[in-house]
Amino acid sequence: MFKSAMVGLLSMFAVLMLPQVAQAEYADVVINNYADAAGMRPVVFPHWYHRIRFRCKVCHADLGFKFKAGGNKITMAKIIDGKFCGACHNGEISWSVENCGMCHSGVPGMPTQIHGSTVQRLVAPTYKSLGKPAK
Amino acid sequence: MKTKYFFLSVLAMTTLLVVGFNAQAAQAPLKEVKSAKGNVSGANVFNRLLKKDAQRNAAPAEDGIHDSANDGTHVLQPPLIAYDGLPTSEFGNYVDWVKSLDDGLLKPRYDLSDPTVEPLVMDLDIVREVKASMPDVVFPHKPHTQWLHCSNCHPKIFIPQRKANVMSMSAILLGQKCGVCHGKVSFPVTTKSCTKCHSKPKPADWKPPKSEASLKNPWR
Repeated sequence: MFKSAMVGLLSMFAVLMLPQVAQAEYADVVINNYADAAGMRPVVFPHWYHRIRFRCKVCHADLGFKFKAGGNKITMAKIIDGKFCGACHNGEISWSVENCGMCHSGVPGMPTQIHGSTVQRLVAPTYKSLGKPAK
Repeated sequence: MKTKYFFLSVLAMTTLLVVGFNAQAAQAPLKEVKSAKGNVSGANVFNRLLKKDAQRNAAPAEDGIHDSANDGTHVLQPPLIAYDGLPTSEFGNYVDWVKSLDDGLLKPRYDLSDPTVEPLVMDLDIVREVKASMPDVVFPHKPHTQWLHCSNCHPKIFIPQRKANVMSMSAILLGQKCGVCHGKVSFPVTTKSCTKCHSKPKPADWKPPKSEASLKNPWR
């Protein structure tokens, strides 16, 4: 009895946590490939902030970011190596990786998605957690 | 066992009720409009199901995807501060990014560290004839090359050859071709943005093509 009550309560909260009430900025990307499994909040990447400072080409041609949310399999090791976000977030062009909470700022458990995406509105989100990164 | 299922279903029902209530609360508040004549239903309101954004360009702490319990969230810049003075649009971020760039209001870098690098801009319009009655599509290379590099689209997304790219609105809405960016980052596909692409009116003598069924109709 208690167990079923808990399951019911949990599902109630889970439904309430769905992003239907989210008013996030268009094109904000939530990346939760490995964050949840590592006990971190998912990353929220604001496209709007970055496009004011850089043209698409810089990240999507020069730095090799694919046009796919969660498709780049970014890990902290790669960032510290100067790849992906680490090309700028190195303390030189922009602030460095010790500011964990500024990127890892998403609601815990939120799946990888692009906020305001037409695809996401039309089809069920297919993004899945990738689990632990391959060593 | 029975009580268990009963309990679960009651909880599920309450959840649905609460969710329904929340979804309504997120929309513009419905006004109770009573007829002047008295006992007519209050359901006959204007645009009953029209969803409105509760808040545009919400600050990170209130936007629903940032965790407000996280200290870093409150350090992040709210978008509205950054958008001040930029030309507006009716969709996406509600900012006209291309116009901002053209008017020189924004100077995003084309190179990671060198702010003097100029983009390789190509001014070439591609006209794509549309089978149906919508105006033909004009694809302007100029605003695209201002932001992107040729290799972002060619040859993987768009084969650089005439008639080689088959496109449809459903493919775009599902994230292919133009939809790789439009509908995710660049201006979305909404009823307000159709004419941004479908911008070349059909010739005066244009008639919609007849469907097969119509052509084969013996009584035509």
